[in-house]
Amino acid sequence: MEIDRTDGRSPNQLRPLACSRGILHRSHGSASWSQGDTRVIAAVYGPKAGTKKNENPERACLEVIWKPKTGQSGKEEKEYETILKRTLQSICILTINPNTTTSIIIQVVHDDGSLLPCAVNAACVALVDAGIPLKHLAVSICCCLATCGHVILDPTKLEEEKMKAFAYLVFPNSINSILPEGSSHTKSKQLEDGLVTSVTHGGMSVEDYFHCLDRGRAATARLSDFLRKNLQPQVLGEGSKAG
Amino acid sequence: MGLPNESGDLLSKMDSDASRRLFPLRFYESHLSNSTRPDGRPLKSAREAFVGPGDVASADGSAMTKIGSTTMLAAIKMEIMTPSADKPDEGSIAVEFYMPPICSPLVRPGRPAEIAPVISKQLYDTIMSSGMIDLKELSLTSGKAAWMVYLDIYCLDADGALFDAALYSAAAAFSFLQIPVVSLSEEGRLTIIPEEGNGDKSDKDVVNKGKRKLTISSLPFSLTCGLHKNYILPDPTSEEETLMETFVTVVLNSSGHLVSLYKPGGPVLAQTSTIQDCIALTRQRMTDLQKSLDEAITEMKMD
Repeated sequence: MEIDRTDGRSPNQLRPLACSRGILHRSHGSASWSQGDTRVIAAVYGPKAGTKKNENPERACLEVIWKPKTGQSGKEEKEYETILKRTLQSICILTINPNTTTSIIIQVVHDDGSLLPCAVNAACVALVDAGIPLKHLAVSICCCLATCGHVILDPTKLEEEKMKAFAYLVFPNSINSILPEGSSHTKSKQLEDGLVTSVTHGGMSVEDYFHCLDRGRAATARLSDFLRKNLQPQVLGEGSKAG
Repeated sequence: MGLPNESGDLLSKMDSDASRRLFPLRFYESHLSNSTRPDGRPLKSAREAFVGPGDVASADGSAMTKIGSTTMLAAIKMEIMTPSADKPDEGSIAVEFYMPPICSPLVRPGRPAEIAPVISKQLYDTIMSSGMIDLKELSLTSGKAAWMVYLDIYCLDADGALFDAALYSAAAAFSFLQIPVVSLSEEGRLTIIPEEGNGDKSDKDVVNKGKRKLTISSLPFSLTCGLHKNYILPDPTSEEETLMETFVTVVLNSSGHLVSLYKPGGPVLAQTSTIQDCIALTRQRMTDLQKSLDEAITEMKMD
């Protein structure tokens, strides 16, 4: 049974992706990520000296500030900040710059569904732009479950509200290995099958959740390729940031 | 204090309390390698949970739960409000989670806990996702009057697994809830009659005499597991929470549906097998929690 989506996409099709790096001049790293009409700008400042009061001074500390498009920051923004902070902490190498704080500021430009995944992707690119040491990248996707049991990727806001349930999933970047197949396979397989973050809304059965995980994981290959292409060094002649 | 290669000897000579504070990770991992946890529990067992009516006289429904030392007090107050124009047949629920300074030495009046608004939002999302309460049932007169339910949960002692204890107390409070009696005044407005047992109030004014309990379709129950290296440790205490950085919270409802799977990042990646183990542990936990809650409900009915 085929699902009819209002914008004519197939269930597995993502909205057009657009990403630009280095768009803000004062910040150490910045990125804008858009999926269809949802657009988020991320800026990274850091590492700065000192950590906050209750944080471990033997490791680098991350701080996330989430700014909504309109209105004041409330509980929803605090929740997004906590989720994003923990997600990014798992990809950063925190032992390299101990006793420092890196601030990541997320500004929502437009919310048309799949907001948290968009923000995770934008923050990741901004961290690369700032030169913060990372273990691997994180790619994020939203999977929606329709009442008939079909899984739909990258919903718009209307689709998110109509659907039975949806899940925001973050996976590690898929690996492009230069080693021949078979060597050191187990470690990289473990990395690829892992789940960094999962936030779900609405009830679904356990099997449906695992379907969402599988579809989401399969889609991250496309997102990883897009990221990789986008993060290639920019054309010579534009001048580097350090210059 | 001794050179690094002597710290092993230092550890064996040291008092267990001192080593717990100075080398917490090592202390903890030595327990884990013996398949036990510092408080003596076997590796995969959660702490015992208690639930009872909260005895808050001014509230319409209240409950107190304890999971190990973590104590939560939930109270529900209901008020009449005008429903919004785009949803004239629905009432609404407002959930707030408070962490007063009594609960933990890390919370002070000028330094509110960062986790409190996050847990409030998480609780609200879980209650709405689980379909426990049908908002249409909270409507009194379409377009004119509906119930506004204020659920407040106070943490009295924070010793890990805050979300689990809070959700359990919310489920219990809704189960113990008695909807206040409502009457129609001369101007046609609905007002709540206080429970004073005055015999001369005529029964025919009362609008909802027969309907004093909410129909709860299925209660959500949760279990938070910490992931540390290859271990899955259900129901961490606050000491364990400072050592582990990765947590998975699984919420299931009584029909076995997955209401929420919440894993907010963390250095340990969750494989599919890990997620399946967490879900299985939650199912086991759910049967125990449900049994205790049912016993508490029957006890309350007998009073």
